[in-house]
This record gives sequence, structure tokens and C-alpha cells, in this order.
Amino acid sequence: MAAGVAAWLPFARAAAIGWMPVANLPMPVAPTEKSKRQDELIILNVSGRRFQTWRNTLDRYPDTLLGSSEKEFFYNEETKEYFFDRDPDVFRSVLNFYRTGKLHYPRYECISSYDEELAFFGIVPEIIGDCCYEEYKDRKRENAERLMDDQEDNKDAKLPNMTFRETMWRAFENPHTSTMALVFYYVTGFFIAVSVITNVVETVPCGSAPNQKEVPCGERYTVAFFCMDTACVMIFTVEYLMRLFAAPSRYRFMRSVMSIIDVVAILPYYIGLVMTDNEDVSGAFVTLRVFRVFRIFKFSRHSQGLRILGYTLKSCASELGFLLFSLTMAIIIFATVMFYAEKGSSSSKFTSIPASFWYTIVTMTTLGYGDMVPKTIAGKIFGSICSLSGVLVIALPVPVIVSNFSRIYHQNQRADKRRAQKKARLARIRISKTGSSNAFLHSKRNGLFNEALELTSSTEEEQRLSKSTSLLESQHHHLLHCLEKTTVSNHEFVDEQYYQQSYLDAGLQNYPSRSPSLSSQDGMTGTCCTRRSKKHHTPLPNASAATHMQPLTHTHTHQQGLQELSTIHIQPLSTSRSSLNMRVDEPAPLNCQSSQITTAIISIPTPPVTTPEGDAHLPAGPAHQNVVKVSAL
Amino acid sequence: MKSRSQDQSLTDSRELDRSYDPLTGNPPSKPSKRTIKQRFLKLLPCCRSGSNPSVTQRSVADDSELSTVCYRPEGIDRLVQQTNFSKKELQVLYRGFKNECPSGAVNEETFKNIYSQFFPQGDSSMYAHFLFEAFDTQNNGAVNFEDFVISLSIILRGSVTDKLNWAFNLYDLNKDGCITREEMTDIMHSIYDMMGKYTYPSMKDSAPKDHVDSFFQKMDRNNDGVVTIEEFLETCQKDDNIMQSMHMFDNVI
Repeated sequence: MAAGVAAWLPFARAAAIGWMPVANLPMPVAPTEKSKRQDELIILNVSGRRFQTWRNTLDRYPDTLLGSSEKEFFYNEETKEYFFDRDPDVFRSVLNFYRTGKLHYPRYECISSYDEELAFFGIVPEIIGDCCYEEYKDRKRENAERLMDDQEDNKDAKLPNMTFRETMWRAFENPHTSTMALVFYYVTGFFIAVSVITNVVETVPCGSAPNQKEVPCGERYTVAFFCMDTACVMIFTVEYLMRLFAAPSRYRFMRSVMSIIDVVAILPYYIGLVMTDNEDVSGAFVTLRVFRVFRIFKFSRHSQGLRILGYTLKSCASELGFLLFSLTMAIIIFATVMFYAEKGSSSSKFTSIPASFWYTIVTMTTLGYGDMVPKTIAGKIFGSICSLSGVLVIALPVPVIVSNFSRIYHQNQRADKRRAQKKARLARIRISKTGSSNAFLHSKRNGLFNEALELTSSTEEEQRLSKSTSLLESQHHHLLHCLEKTTVSNHEFVDEQYYQQSYLDAGLQNYPSRSPSLSSQDGMTGTCCTRRSKKHHTPLPNASAATHMQPLTHTHTHQQGLQELSTIHIQPLSTSRSSLNMRVDEPAPLNCQSSQITTAIISIPTPPVTTPEGDAHLPAGPAHQNVVKVSAL
Repeated sequence: MKSRSQDQSLTDSRELDRSYDPLTGNPPSKPSKRTIKQRFLKLLPCCRSGSNPSVTQRSVADDSELSTVCYRPEGIDRLVQQTNFSKKELQVLYRGFKNECPSGAVNEETFKNIYSQFFPQGDSSMYAHFLFEAFDTQNNGAVNFEDFVISLSIILRGSVTDKLNWAFNLYDLNKDGCITREEMTDIMHSIYDMMGKYTYPSMKDSAPKDHVDSFFQKMDRNNDGVVTIEEFLETCQKDDNIMQSMHMFDNVI
């Protein structure tokens, strides 16, 4: 029931007086209101802007936040008002919905912020009034397309477990993913160009001996051209077969436009090979050569503009159809008229109506070859009308096609621009994320530093060093600290550089085949690494952490993690640490050419340490828990 | 262009037949036709007539004027005196009324529309029509706030006799002081129409007629085929069921 008519309920109930005298049975007892509340004004304070309305107004829609008892959660006892920490401008629309029963969408508002506000207040966007619904839907669709574009870009990311086939397919679809793909891309492009140029040059008349007539180059250097053609077709065939092999769905690939173009491009060659040099079929064979020109369409894989053009034509199919239809109508009309107008004149070229079609087309498209011209006055009059109308008929659907093309082209431009900006954005986001984790380490250092100082000497300056962290930060750090303490051997968070560096060292030391001199240090490095792995292994939340305690494999995995670190550039969610956690199971070849090497490591002695450990590279034993390394780059 | 449906291309052929105005989509408005004719007539000096164009133009203006005229009720204090509602109650009622009808008067269409929203299953238009006739005491095709609130006051806060009088007024369609069988049949049909088809047990076609018969049997004392106001009042006051049902209106507002 529309809430607007809730105000009319008393009237409807009163109208029941018409039923009572005719009713045979008594009416049921009417419900009574338990607490008969007088209608009162309530104050809604939205971020400082006060809105006032009757309570009844809000009660009209009981399944929303304001209409139900949910708003009691926002009631402020002292000021006797309902406080919402939301956008007051959007709230205007929300409140007007209660007042008038119609929800409007303000055009200047961002669609996602509006959606969020509606979701907060429990209003379904579908009840937006007709006046604003179209605009709302359009904006929403635009936004969704934009988000979809972003999501599609994520598909470029390399998944960890890709079979050879999938890698190949990905290389074909996105040449930028690897150098091999790029090479392949350029090679095929080159050969397409070569093939097309060959076809063209084949027909150019080459110089000939003075007695014979001019022959085209194709007939003069038959062998050369044949070899060229063969080479190109070989390349194309190989490419097609590779694509067919790599395609995730072969049936769908074979139906796609590009594969059909590929097939049509190479088929004439094979047909020519198969067919014998028979006089009858050679004529047909010659015409098959025409299909070789389809090779030029293979360029559409290389050119985005061409693809956009094709897509535009496809999406404007109805406009093109209309254009064709109206042109055909006009051609038939004018051809008929011209034919009958010119029938009288002698030696008229307008021999039949179909013959007049040619004149009409040439005139309407303003070509005007002049091979057929009207001679009678009536013919000339109708001819001029024909050319004028031709301009109009063609000019009408063309802007629609153009605007479609422009829209799609700009969309593509925007997508490219966004992709380029995305990398920079993600880099910035990563920096801020590592910043927050660094803050924890920094505060830990400072905290411990302070503790040390308190024991030794407390001067004013050193106490000032203690960073005044906000309550939120300190609670967050406490939480991370608790997590550290929970883990079995008191793992600690460390920062990225030190982590990489330590595993680089450990990797160098623990890979025996690399440097023979390390064998003597095996025992030491074993414990070194063990201790190190115990210390600096990031706490894994699951119990499988225990299985990764062997130093060798442990190092391997983390080396692999290092490798992944250097190649990961689009990982929107993770910091280096969590990404390492994900890849913990995969051993991979060591990559000891990691570029991040710290120059110095200083270890700060901690209060419970009885024997100070000044050694830069050896960490304290497991008994010493609070060793903190500071790396300076 | 793709979004436009195919149907539109077919229906737009109507504009070639001049059956509707291509700009607004409505049937060609009469005034524009008249103005073209008037313009043509004006060009001919012999046909120039003074009064005709202005009369037609005034009627057009009148129509637009009527729709924008606002009915305002008299002062709230007077209404408090005329009805049994308190000032606050009148304020609440007026707010709801004005919200739904900003022009200040309800016409029959709006009446029917509002009423049909309360009875979605059946067809309440006939009953709403009878109600409208009963509410519209001034018989001018519109119910303004005063009519509305006075009738409500009688129904909800009036004495039993007043209520029964009002009900009689509702039943008496031609307001001649007695309810004939035809009038009662109409009323009964309209009430049964409100129920709709989907009832349990399913409605028999003779149900309204039977009901009318039983009504007349109960009410018509002297068996003259009509029920007068005295018979009606007398019977109803003796009937316990009806008296008990009257309490239904005690706390509607």
C-alpha cells in the first residue's frame, strides 16, 4: 500500500459505515492504539544541519531506517534529537521522499555516494520517480561499465598455476605480457604487410623485352613470388594452428571472426596447390586469388582503431540498414522517373530502369561521372532533384554512426588512460599500506628505545623522542604485538627490506653448490638460518607453519617469494608479506640476484639482554626475543 | 537509436494519418485546429466576426483556470465549531488531505484512486462513486476539506442517529428520502464487487440479490417495496449487531 495514502486510512475506515447496516454479522473489534501518541515534531540532525518533520511523516514507510525503531540507535539523549553522521545534501532527497512519496535523484550527485546513502537509510533505489529514473539508470550503467573495464584489466594478471596452453593463449591475446609474445606479434604483423605488398606488386607491369608486350611482375618472376607467398602462408598457417591449440574453447575460437578471416586468407593457396593446372578451373582459381586480400583484415588484431571501427559498424547495424533501405527506395523511384523522362529522347543511354540505377547512384552520391546524362528538360529537372535529395538521404544517418564511433572510441581511450593511471595509483596505495606497517615497527623501536633509556638515563630530550601515537594507533600496535606473542616461537614483524636482505644472505649461505667456501659454515649457517627463520618468519596464522620450519625449503620458498616480489607489480590487495604467505608452498629456483641489499644493520641491545650482542649479522639467540634490526638503505 | 523499440516505428505512422500530434503524442488538440481556422477566417475580411473567437478562447482559458484554482478552507476555528474534532486533529487531517490534493479539493477520480489502493483485489470504483456522491454535499463535483471533515465528523464522532442518517443518505442514491430495491441492489453490487473474484467460499452470482432480499425483509416494515428513513432508523436501533458495530468508529482518529 502506498504510504502516501496512509493518511487516508481514517477516511477509508469511516467509509465502512456503508457496510454496517447491511451486514448480517457484527463487525470485528477494531484494534486500539496502545499508546496514543500525539503527532510530534522530531529533529533529525544530519552532520549539523537540522531537519524537522512530523513523526507521522517518517512512519509512512516503516521498512526504512527512519520509519522503524532502528532510528532509536541514533537518538541523542542530551540534545533530544536524532543524529546522523551522513551527507546532509543527499539527506534532503531522502527526507523529501518521506514527505512527498517520490524519490528524486539529484543530477549533480555522484551515483555511488547516492547509492550508499540510500542503502544506509534502507530505501530501495527502484522507487525513484519516473522523472529521475532514466538519469539514475544511465549513470548507474556508466559506472558499472567503468568498473567492468577495471575488472577486465585485472584479468591480465598472471595467475600462479597456468598451463603452457593458457600461457600461450594469454601471450596471443596480450602481446605486452612477455617478450616472446611481442616478438611474435611484430613478426606476424610484418608478414601480413609483406604478403599484402606482394599481392599488390604482383600485378604491376614490370619492364619487358622490347618485342614482347608488358607483363605484370607476377608472371615475370613467378618463382620468386611463389616462394614469397608460400613463406607467408606457412607463417600464417603456423600461427593459426598455434592459436587453435591454445584457445580455451576451440569451438568458440573457430566461430570467431578473426579465425574465419585467418582461414579465408590462407585457404586460396592450399586450394591452388590442390587444384591441377586445368584450363577450366584455372579461371576460377584466379578469382580465388582475390580472397588473398582478406589478409589485410588480419591487421585488426594489431590495430585497435580498426577493431573499434568494426565494432561500431556492428553496433550501428540498424542505422546502416536504414541507410541502405532508404537509398534503395530513392534509387528505384528516381531511376523509374528518369527512365520515363528520357524515354522520348533519341540515343538515350537510359535503356531500361536497371540501366538508370547506375545513373541514380552516381548522381545521388554526387559522383557525377558523366557517362550517362539526361538530355530532355524533364530529365534534367528530375536529375537535379535526384542529386539534391541524395545529399539529404545520405547525410541523415551518418551522424548517428559517427556519434556511435566517437562514443566507443572515447570509451577505449578512457580505458587506456585509466590503465596507465592505475599503476601509479596502485604504487601509491602500496606505499601508504607499507607506511602503516612501518609505523608499527617504528613505534616498537621507539618504545623499546625508550625502555632502554629509562633504565639507563632519562633525559628530557630522549623522552621527547617517544612518538606521541594516537589512541587508535597504539591500540592497533598492541593488537599486532598480541599476534606476535601468540605465535609459537615469538615471531616478530619486520620490515620488508630487512626481510629481503636477510633471506638473500641466508640464501647465499645455504645454497651449498653456489660457493664451496660455505660448506665449512654449514653448521653455523644452519643454526643461523634456523634462528633467523624462527625469528623473521612472518607468523602464519595456520598450524602448517610448523611444517615450514626446515631452513632449506623455508629459504627456498622465501626466495621464490623474493622473486615474486620483484615481478609483482599489479597486486592490489597485498603487501609483500601477505603475498609471501600465499606462495609459501611453491619451491622455485633461487633467485639470488635480488637487488635490494641493505648497507648496514644495527642491532640495539635490549634491556633483558645480559650479554650484549654487537655482531651485526648474527641475531641474538632464541632466548632474546626483542632483537630489532634497523636497516639503513 | 537501438534503445527505441520496434513498436514505435510502427505506431509513428499514425502521424502520417494525422491521428495524433507528432510533437506531444496526443490527439490533435481542438483549440489549435480552431485557431488555424480562425486565422484563416481572419484573413478574409468578410468573415471577420468579433465575438466568436473570444468566446472559444475564453473557454480554453477557463479550463486551465479551473485546474489551477485552489480551494482554501475557512478558518480552523470555525471548523472546530462545526465538527467534533479538536484543533490538533483537524491539523493532522488537513496535512494528510493537502498532501494528497494540493489544490484543496478532491475530484472523483482521485477519490476512486485512493479508495482502490485500500482494496486491491476487487473493483471499488462503484462504491467510491457512491461515497463521493455522499461526501459531495454541495454537488459541485469536488469534495473540499470542509465537506470532507464534516462528513468524517458525523461518521466518527456523531451520535448513533447521525451516523445512521448518514448511512441512509449514502444508500439513497437519488436523495428522495427512500431506498428503492434498485438502489439497494446497486449498492450491494458495489460492495460485493469490492471483494473481487477470489473469495472463499466462492461468490455466487445471486449473492448480492439474496442479500438485498434479506435486507428488505428486515427493514421494510410495511412491505411497500421501499425503505424510508423512519423504517431504517427503527430497525437499526433495534438490531444489536448494528449497534455493536457502531463502536467500530470510536477510535479511528
